[in-house]
Amino acid sequence: MAEVTLRALSKSFGATKAVVDMDMTIPDGAFVVLLGPTGAGKTTTLRLIAGLEAPDAGDILIGGRSVRNDTPAQRDVAMVFQQYSLYPHLSVRDNLAFPLRSPILKLGEEEVAARVAKVAEVLQIAHKLDNKATQLSGGEMQRVSIGRALVRSPQIYLMDEPLSSLDAKLRAEMRIELKRIQQDLGATLLYVTHDQTEAMTMATHVGVLDQGRLVQFGTPREIYEDPVSIYVATRLGQPRINTLPVSLFGPAPEGTVTIGLRPEHIAQGSGVETRITRIEHLGDQSRLHLHLDGHDIVTLTDAHTQLKPGDSLAIRPEAPLYFDANGARIRQEIRP
Amino acid sequence: MSAWSITEPSNRTKWVAGTLVILYALITLIPLVWIFLTGFKTPPDSISYPPKVLFEPSLEGYVNLFTTRTRVTPDQLAALPPPANFAEEIVRNRDMVIAGPSKFGERFMNSVIIGFGSTFLSIFLGTLAAYAFSRFKIPLKDDLLFFILSTRMMPPIAVAIPIFLMYRALGLSDTHLGMILLYTAVNISLAVWLLKGFIDEIPREYEEAALIDGYTRFQAFYKVVLPQAATGIASTAIFCLIFAWNEYAFAVLLTSGTAQTAPPFIPTIIGVGGLDWPAVAAGATIFLLPVMIFTILLRKHLLRGITFGAVRK
Repeated sequence: MAEVTLRALSKSFGATKAVVDMDMTIPDGAFVVLLGPTGAGKTTTLRLIAGLEAPDAGDILIGGRSVRNDTPAQRDVAMVFQQYSLYPHLSVRDNLAFPLRSPILKLGEEEVAARVAKVAEVLQIAHKLDNKATQLSGGEMQRVSIGRALVRSPQIYLMDEPLSSLDAKLRAEMRIELKRIQQDLGATLLYVTHDQTEAMTMATHVGVLDQGRLVQFGTPREIYEDPVSIYVATRLGQPRINTLPVSLFGPAPEGTVTIGLRPEHIAQGSGVETRITRIEHLGDQSRLHLHLDGHDIVTLTDAHTQLKPGDSLAIRPEAPLYFDANGARIRQEIRP
Repeated sequence: MSAWSITEPSNRTKWVAGTLVILYALITLIPLVWIFLTGFKTPPDSISYPPKVLFEPSLEGYVNLFTTRTRVTPDQLAALPPPANFAEEIVRNRDMVIAGPSKFGERFMNSVIIGFGSTFLSIFLGTLAAYAFSRFKIPLKDDLLFFILSTRMMPPIAVAIPIFLMYRALGLSDTHLGMILLYTAVNISLAVWLLKGFIDEIPREYEEAALIDGYTRFQAFYKVVLPQAATGIASTAIFCLIFAWNEYAFAVLLTSGTAQTAPPFIPTIIGVGGLDWPAVAAGATIFLLPVMIFTILLRKHLLRGITFGAVRK
């Protein structure tokens, strides 16, 4: 395993700028999640590191060594594709063994069998080893696909939304399993997703991408609690952060145009009067949809709330985030 | 499971459809059956009117196909030792003796060499070209593909005279190499276009995965793309072989001896000792076999269908 560094990395496809001037250091043994909507450059970043695309500018260092001119094979990375690309003409066993039999590794068949057996056990596909790859369910295929990366001990694992095709239950299981495997192996892992739960639960570091730029890089907690912009703030949190004009509530630092209020950062019982439009009972808690001067606000309350739609409720922001006209964060404290 | 179903045809539909298919097959098979049966008739039976459906089978056609014979007088015939085998016996019944083997075996082998040789070459070059066209950025790719296709926009025989002159100048007339090159040139556009379609269907992720797994591009092509293109390669090979095997016009024009294929040779049998239809039919029957066997051997690949299911689209 190794540290991976991106230096001023850029890549365009025609007029589309997929990755713009990206600097990022993926520490050795870190689980880094790249978060962003479709088209933010997540997959392109992975492909650049893997060597499937050549950068227009910038450099990639794996373990301190530039790999710009290396072939994908020479870079010693493993990748799980979003499409589970199992070779349909091979059995599950041969699919898992395929990377180990490559001319670069050239392991003995005994070693290959041992490693395949171990990975198959971890991923709970041992009983399917002799099946054809096409005879598996979607979840099994994706596990084999992940297994094909795990049989190797590369410098870095690259995973492109590997769980997106699984059903919710399996996805939750695989999240825990992947995190456990990564910790056991001490593996460096770069993981692409647009699922914030995956980012929050697995990552040691999260990188938020916006139109090919890395806008913030930090621990999930930093990204959640200390976002640099509205864009980053809206990436994490469910329900999403409320973004409201500054005029609705009291004083704010100079230059503030928008305030960001996490649903849990709204105190009830005093402050500005709002009207309840809808209540969602989720079992463990309830979501209140409030209306204030033409703006919708979502907040949380306890599961057995007696509030009804139509009631009015006074609310007061607690530790709001301030943003300027461009959506950038204003960190200044309010002067009393 | 007798419930009415939208997707499953009813038994009556199946029965009617099956009957129609069998009827159609029987009608289309009549000429083939005719040729097959005629091969086992005696020359008088073969031209009798009304045609004989039931007849006493004879191997005379096959014996005549593979031998040359000379007529002898009854006295000479009587002086000969008893016939050594069934072929000799059949021939002597017609007051003739076997003078030697005919050229059919040789011509047939020419067909095999040229047919399979050009098929192999077309597929080999076609697969590489199709892969390159499918995967790489090539300047003027579309123009090149159109250019390749345009070689089939006129009947190949339209350029017969230039080719005849070129071949004479190059010393390729009546050579195996010349015919293999010619049929490959005609087939290559078909091969490139068909195979490009098949290779386009194979997702790039497979090769990319193989590249990352430590394989070179050629190894990825060989280990990942080729096995999945097997279906396409098999069907393309059948088309190429059928063309090269059946081609008549160029074979008549460019071959006369050493490299003559079976199609121009079979009609010449008629001229040897009268209208020997059974021998012609026997030649046609044997001529049909290789393509039939080749197709049956590759049938598995044709039916297996293109890879599906392992990549989510």
